[in-house]
Amino acid sequence: MDYIIQQVINAIQLGSIYGLIALGYSLVYGVLSMMNFAHGDLFMLGAFFCLLLEKIIPLPLWLALLLTMLVIGCLGALLERLAYRPIRHAPKVSAIITSLGCGLILENITLAMSPYPRHMPTLFQNSIFHFHGITISSLQIIVIGISLLLMILLDVMIRCTTLGMVIRALAWNRLMVSLLGIPANRIISFTFALGAALGAAAGLLYALTYPVVSSSMGIAIGWKAFIAAVIGGIGNMRGALLGAFILGSTEVMSITMLPSTYRDLIAYSLLLIILIFKPYGILGEPPTQKI
Amino acid sequence: MIRLLDEFRCHFAMLRKHTIGLTRIFHTDHLRRSGSQMDTALISKSSSGSMDSYSRRQTSSLALPHQPSRPPRHDQYEISGLTSFYLVVLGGCSSFVIPELCSNYITCILITLAINAILCVSLNLINGYMGEFSVGHAAFMAIGAYGSAIITVKILPLIPFSLSSFLTFPLMVVAGGLLAALVGIPLALLSFKTRGDYLAIITLAFLMIVKSALENISYVGGPRGFLGIPPLTTLPWVYFWAVVTFWIMRHFIHSKWGRSIIAIREDEIAAEAMGVSTRSAKMMTFVISSFFAGIAGGLFAHQIQFINPSSFDILRSTNILVMVYLGGVASLSGSLVGAGVFTILYQILQPLGVWRMVTMPLLLVLLMIFRPRGIMGYQEWSCFKLKE
Repeated sequence: MDYIIQQVINAIQLGSIYGLIALGYSLVYGVLSMMNFAHGDLFMLGAFFCLLLEKIIPLPLWLALLLTMLVIGCLGALLERLAYRPIRHAPKVSAIITSLGCGLILENITLAMSPYPRHMPTLFQNSIFHFHGITISSLQIIVIGISLLLMILLDVMIRCTTLGMVIRALAWNRLMVSLLGIPANRIISFTFALGAALGAAAGLLYALTYPVVSSSMGIAIGWKAFIAAVIGGIGNMRGALLGAFILGSTEVMSITMLPSTYRDLIAYSLLLIILIFKPYGILGEPPTQKI
Repeated sequence: MIRLLDEFRCHFAMLRKHTIGLTRIFHTDHLRRSGSQMDTALISKSSSGSMDSYSRRQTSSLALPHQPSRPPRHDQYEISGLTSFYLVVLGGCSSFVIPELCSNYITCILITLAINAILCVSLNLINGYMGEFSVGHAAFMAIGAYGSAIITVKILPLIPFSLSSFLTFPLMVVAGGLLAALVGIPLALLSFKTRGDYLAIITLAFLMIVKSALENISYVGGPRGFLGIPPLTTLPWVYFWAVVTFWIMRHFIHSKWGRSIIAIREDEIAAEAMGVSTRSAKMMTFVISSFFAGIAGGLFAHQIQFINPSSFDILRSTNILVMVYLGGVASLSGSLVGAGVFTILYQILQPLGVWRMVTMPLLLVLLMIFRPRGIMGYQEWSCFKLKE
């Protein structure tokens, strides 16, 4: 029983990191209905930026988190401006290819600059608590806490503020929103920045938990989060979180039962199986096709 | 010899007054030979109409400097069927001569070029002609490579009598291709249900599944890779396969199936309403495309003699995508051009080291922004068209 609870905690920890990244995918898909395959690499850059920051000046966790989110958010907006805006009206395939290309560019630039995996320094004293045979580290509490906080903040923002309303309206009908005099381009850039910032926060948290930072993180972890977003129904915030926790628990289960090399195989098979039965994800709705 | 060629060229040019414009392909006369007459005629109308609107849409929104409706090229560029046959024979002869005359390096590049061309044209069938988006082409290549390598290394030595590699090599390559085609069938089944983004995700997941499955099978070496494959791929063989591929592709896209998938690209619902059996067309396309990707994989395995799962990752898929979109979507000649330019560019950029891996995706992004159709998009050299 203790063992199960322990694994549940691990699953929640992994799921909350996946959830943060998946939210970024869903945000962008909701607004522009495009798959931002470069998002996983923004997550990787978040981890790298934090590492760089700590190498130069050791900052406390909250400041490092804010700075990382700010910088990577700006990078996300820049990416949107340079690469995605010119092809916004092109066929959908162009958008997919461009985002795939952007992701690979970011990944390979990082690889060229830092060919070896790097060790992430710890940002605070990690203490371990024991309750009736269950072990929780303060790191786990912080990771889960920060991600839950960010998720709640995002939810409040999307639901209760004017900005959130505009983002929801953009997802509904982009043309109408611009006709009403709302600067749609600026809002889209902001949404990209928001998604990228969430991804960067996840990158920092991931690097704290598993303190090895490498350029292949974007594909290894970022794309898992993408699976989570798709499982839940991409474009749907709650779906993204649901998918993240489903994926997190599946992965933890597969690691405890099978050799860990089967992890990817099981995660991607889960995606395929869910897409076979629910082609648009668990909470997603099929797009209406106009004739 | 040249005079003879010229004579033939003039002769056939006289016979064929038609121009090479894009809409020619959809001409109704041309269609009468295949399938039921009414259906195909209807498709041809709908597809040629919306084809124009497709290119217009692309250009107007991207403000390309030149319009797609350029004046048709004239007969002087046309290569007749017989001339292209001579060219193929000439190429075949030179494929025997080049390895003797030139350095190994050049031979190696030419082999890579031909393999790339096969890959590119097979992906173009899905991405260009059918308008679906597959990212998982490296997976088929991997299956073909591993399949043929297993037969060469593990199964052939079990046969008591020895066979010459001249006989067995094509069989092994075809076996790899058939294996890949077999795996392509479930993917085709999935493509019935989903389109667009979700199909891209499915192919991506498929690629990842194949890669991590290969990493977990110790019979083929796991993540260490598969060693000891004999170097059977020679320039004449690769040339032979490339010619076969292009020949079959040419006939495929001018057949009933080819027209069906072009109709699917333009509008799937309309195509279905017109009586195109979209399912069988998609199935056929996926099977043929994955078959040739498997063949390319088999050739690749026997060229570099060592394969490991990570050589069939997303970067390889992206490279094939670069070739397709550089050369031109929905164009056989474009696939050839794309593979050629890509292979040569890849060699020229060698001194850049790791940064070379940045340039290829960058090229892809720039292509998407500035010229999404590629060099030869929707156009065809006459030697890749069927005689009317």
